[in-house]
Amino acid sequence: MTSSVVVTGLGVASPNGLGTKDYWDATLGGRSGIGRISRFDPSQYPAKLAGEVSGFAAAEHLPSRLLPQTDRMTRLALVATDWALADAGVDPEQLPAYDMGVVTASSAGGFEFGQGELKKLWSMGASHVSAYQSFAWFYAVNSGQISIRNGMKGPSGVVVADQAGGLDAIAQARRLIRKGTPLIVSGGIDATVCPWGWVAQLAGGRLSTSEQPERAYVPFDAEAAGHVPGEGGAILILEDAAAARARGARVYGEIAGYGSTFDPKPGSGRESGLRRAIELALSDAQVTPSQVDVVFADAAAVPELDRIEAAALNAVFGPRGVPVTAPKTMTGRLSSGGAPLDLAAALLAIGDGVIPPTTNVAPDEGYELDLVTGRPRPAAVRVALVVARGEGGFNSAVVVRAAD
Amino acid sequence: MSEQQFTRSDLTRILLEGAGAEEGVDLNGDILDADFEELGYESLALLETGGRIEREYGISLDDTALTDVHTPRQLIELVNGQLLAAA
Repeated sequence: MTSSVVVTGLGVASPNGLGTKDYWDATLGGRSGIGRISRFDPSQYPAKLAGEVSGFAAAEHLPSRLLPQTDRMTRLALVATDWALADAGVDPEQLPAYDMGVVTASSAGGFEFGQGELKKLWSMGASHVSAYQSFAWFYAVNSGQISIRNGMKGPSGVVVADQAGGLDAIAQARRLIRKGTPLIVSGGIDATVCPWGWVAQLAGGRLSTSEQPERAYVPFDAEAAGHVPGEGGAILILEDAAAARARGARVYGEIAGYGSTFDPKPGSGRESGLRRAIELALSDAQVTPSQVDVVFADAAAVPELDRIEAAALNAVFGPRGVPVTAPKTMTGRLSSGGAPLDLAAALLAIGDGVIPPTTNVAPDEGYELDLVTGRPRPAAVRVALVVARGEGGFNSAVVVRAAD
Repeated sequence: MSEQQFTRSDLTRILLEGAGAEEGVDLNGDILDADFEELGYESLALLETGGRIEREYGISLDDTALTDVHTPRQLIELVNGQLLAAA
């Protein structure tokens, strides 16, 4: 019998809301954070829209000692962690250092920081490059900085698998708790809305070039033509259920199941691994498809990928067999931060008995999905499935369940 | 002849620009003989600070000499020694 792992704290930094309450209010209200890029002039690039986190002033939240050594994504992650710990009622100074670890997901590292240092290297010379470039760009830097700031010396690490990594990190956190570490900070925050990050995203070939914020990212719509990237994500505090109960913690829900697969070689003609990842997660959680109350879709908005996802969901749940939603239509796809934010939304949906909407989408009936569009749908949510795919063939799925 | 002097306020300014200040540490306080580590600056912060001093003053600080420096007073003396040698 393996012990169960629960979520006791949330910290959110999303394009449509800073902090859990702002995010959830905006999400239920259908308010989007997608707009024309303001952090640099996008006019020379084919894609000009992004989901930017606005109103974040790092110096208001972090000591000046941390500012010269951190990328924007790390600052957002440190502050989201502070919020998540406060939300969980955890003061890390009061806990043994080795009882706490950190496992975040990353997809790009500190791109904007690296861009600044590369610029100095080529325009002013090597002596102008910051000593902090040594780690500020690095994939593992959010885990490292969270660990140092909060004195967390337990097992830690980083998982890199694009959007799917956000769920893989949660699964790794659950493994570490089951091996004996009572508390793990997990989730992911990414932020690469800078020219260097932008050209890297453009090279992936999946960005929408629409300039209309309401039409640019419309998964499962006949007009779907790529996605809008965004920045931000969510940090979650995961704890051993018994330990959380013992300290009287408020519990959002349980990380009940996880599955992960890799796609076959492109062109092989074999089925994507997505369906199998979903089935593995359900089986791990010991729930049947009929017990799932809502699916938070990956929602790639690339027609071929939407078809694959709809086919996988319909194979498991039957056509229109389960409510499906994609509140990420209000934030854009947040790389490794996207799935943790969906997990936060799923847990809030369980708490409030409501499914947040997919915005701007007129569902293509050919997908045969029961897509929750337009406005929130009241529903008793006890079990939610979150699906995430990473570019290159990664498929992951997590089942969350209401705490008993 | 060079009249350039490296003062405590130069060091404070460069430290703040390159590495910031730890919460609860007042760089204008009694810090000249405090250990850099106590002030919240690890070796990387000193490397960054040394690099900025080198660029601004056009001198070169030996890596080993920089590692042997433990307090603000010692760093100020090291820099002034280099400035004198370069004069």
